[in-house]
Amino acid sequence: MLTLPIEYYLTLSAVIFIIGTIGVLTRRNAIIIFMCIELMLNSVNLTLVAFSQYMGDMAGQIMVLLVMTVAAAEAAVGLAIVLALFRNKQTVYVDEVNVLKW
Amino acid sequence: MSLDLTFFIILAIMAAVSALMVILRKNPITSAMSLVLHFVSLAGLYLTLHAQFMAVIQMLVYAGAIMVLVVFVIMLLNLGREEKMAVRQSARAAIGIGASMVLGALLIWGLTQVMRPVAAGSSQAMVNGQIASVGKALFSTAYVFPFEMVSLVLLAAAVGAVVLTKRNLK
Repeated sequence: MLTLPIEYYLTLSAVIFIIGTIGVLTRRNAIIIFMCIELMLNSVNLTLVAFSQYMGDMAGQIMVLLVMTVAAAEAAVGLAIVLALFRNKQTVYVDEVNVLKW
Repeated sequence: MSLDLTFFIILAIMAAVSALMVILRKNPITSAMSLVLHFVSLAGLYLTLHAQFMAVIQMLVYAGAIMVLVVFVIMLLNLGREEKMAVRQSARAAIGIGASMVLGALLIWGLTQVMRPVAAGSSQAMVNGQIASVGKALFSTAYVFPFEMVSLVLLAAAVGAVVLTKRNLK
């Protein structure tokens, strides 16, 4: 039996999502920005699992599985981009990558 | 205080503190290790929701596979402490924190509007979290197409990662 109110889980995941947003907007290291995106994806996963369990509907957990697959694909491609960036510019700081900036 | 609430509070504090450590530590390896701790506490929270399969997958995929990749890249690039932002960039941090706070206020407002789910689902939760019901739902006619599509996403990602890290594309 689930005895806790669902608001506890929703509030916690909102807090983690905000922490992830602050990280994405304020850090300059591309890998840490990447880890903050994982934080945000995970907080949404927590919301989906909580709703799925409280409403007795499996759709939420299937969606979490799909989100995890996309996160794994994103990890592979994102880190490959960081590697290619480091090889070409010798930096992983996003504010030093400004070739497209006019 | 009930046992459920005690476990929830311990795991929630662990999750929030390790998330803060991820964005506050200057050393990327420390951030990565805090993120592993964060994933472990989220797996614990899934267990308090009776979603056993999700907890196992969380540990295997995130803490097992994704974090190994991240730590591997950090060590391969030999990244040290992050230097302070240039002065012209410090406004960016203030704007970033401000924008996040606005988003936070919106989310908290949304929480007060949420419809309280019916309590009838709670007796179903024990069954729904088990691997059998996840598998039955995943391979039912409703979700088998997205399931197959996601395997294409994985294939594209694998090919893309190889192509991106090739030194010369000939």
